[in-house]
Amino acid sequence: MKVAITSTGNSLDSTIDQRFGRCAYFVIYDTETGGVEILPNPNRDAQEGAGPASVQLVASRDVRKIISGEFGMKIKSLLDSLRIQMVVYKEPEKTVQSVIDMLKK
Amino acid sequence: MKIAVASGKGGTGKTFVATNLFNVLSGRGEKVTLVDCDAEAPDDLLFFEAGKRDEFEVTHQVPVISKDACTWCGRCSSWCNYNAIFYVPTAKVIEVIENLCHGCGACSFACNSGAITEKPVVLGTVTSFTTSAGSPLIESRMRVNEMSPVRVIKAAIKEAGNEGTVILDAPPGTSCPFVQTVDTADYVVLVTEPTPFGLSDLRQSVETLKTMNKKCAVIINRADIGDNGVKDYIEEEKIPLLAEINYDPVIARCYSEGRLITSEDDKIAGLFASLADKIITEHGTGSNKW
Repeated sequence: MKVAITSTGNSLDSTIDQRFGRCAYFVIYDTETGGVEILPNPNRDAQEGAGPASVQLVASRDVRKIISGEFGMKIKSLLDSLRIQMVVYKEPEKTVQSVIDMLKK
Repeated sequence: MKIAVASGKGGTGKTFVATNLFNVLSGRGEKVTLVDCDAEAPDDLLFFEAGKRDEFEVTHQVPVISKDACTWCGRCSSWCNYNAIFYVPTAKVIEVIENLCHGCGACSFACNSGAITEKPVVLGTVTSFTTSAGSPLIESRMRVNEMSPVRVIKAAIKEAGNEGTVILDAPPGTSCPFVQTVDTADYVVLVTEPTPFGLSDLRQSVETLKTMNKKCAVIINRADIGDNGVKDYIEEEKIPLLAEINYDPVIARCYSEGRLITSEDDKIAGLFASLADKIITEHGTGSNKW
């Protein structure tokens, strides 16, 4: 299963970005293969609709779960219709690597 | 001519100036129209006894996508500048997010398979009133839950026409609703207060107006409180100072009770009358002959 983690930087040592739609990077971690893909978020500075556009981006990568600090109002129903799980993790100090370690357990 | 009364910062006295300017011109029997362009929170009507003349809805066209006709090419979604078409082809999901849609029609144009039709969505209303003094007052009012008042403001200004003096009571801020309001104005009156916040937003308004080549002048409201920052700034920018209105609890009380100070205080009525004359003689256009 693929999991998207919002990240403030383009490495696994970066901390978790607290915003979903306007996060700096998405780290996509595959729990089966252990593979990692890091994508810069093109919707970061979108004037409007950053949330839906970011859902579109991660859904196109076949992500089933998203871990971030906060999710905007517009996207709950979109994630439900795509059966993507939303995990709120308000730990701005934690690194992406520490989340991956938890997913491994 | 069209005079926009704007500010940047909220609560500086735009509506106070716009309604009283309208009141004195109307009281002199001049041809004058007031347009409440603050469609998100219109309140000019509170100050007048007025009868409703006409009302119409302002709509825009939003796309309706037929999943049966859709070939999942993604062109509509990629053409949309506002992220309003949510498109995940792998999950066969395509959805219009209506309150992100600006009604530009790009998606309909982009679609090559006839999958997109359009339907009207009501954005707000424009209502025309006639005040007891016989002057038109036009109110723009945006619908709750809509994202942008711009089209409603535009329709209200158009409804006002071009005869005599048209006073546009602008929305606060310097974003699209402000730009839409001042865009048609021949002259912009910026109402501000002598505080750092007032100055900061005045600066933004002036910078925005410069890019639009609009002439403006400043009224400092509650001029005897705060600091000298605004005065220094307008001197530096060579922006005319139209008037200074000192803080007066009598004005504040009168306003908060929905009354017009220019109907009650001759001195202030005189100030507004000379203000109007100054703007119209110096900057008036052909439509101002009375």
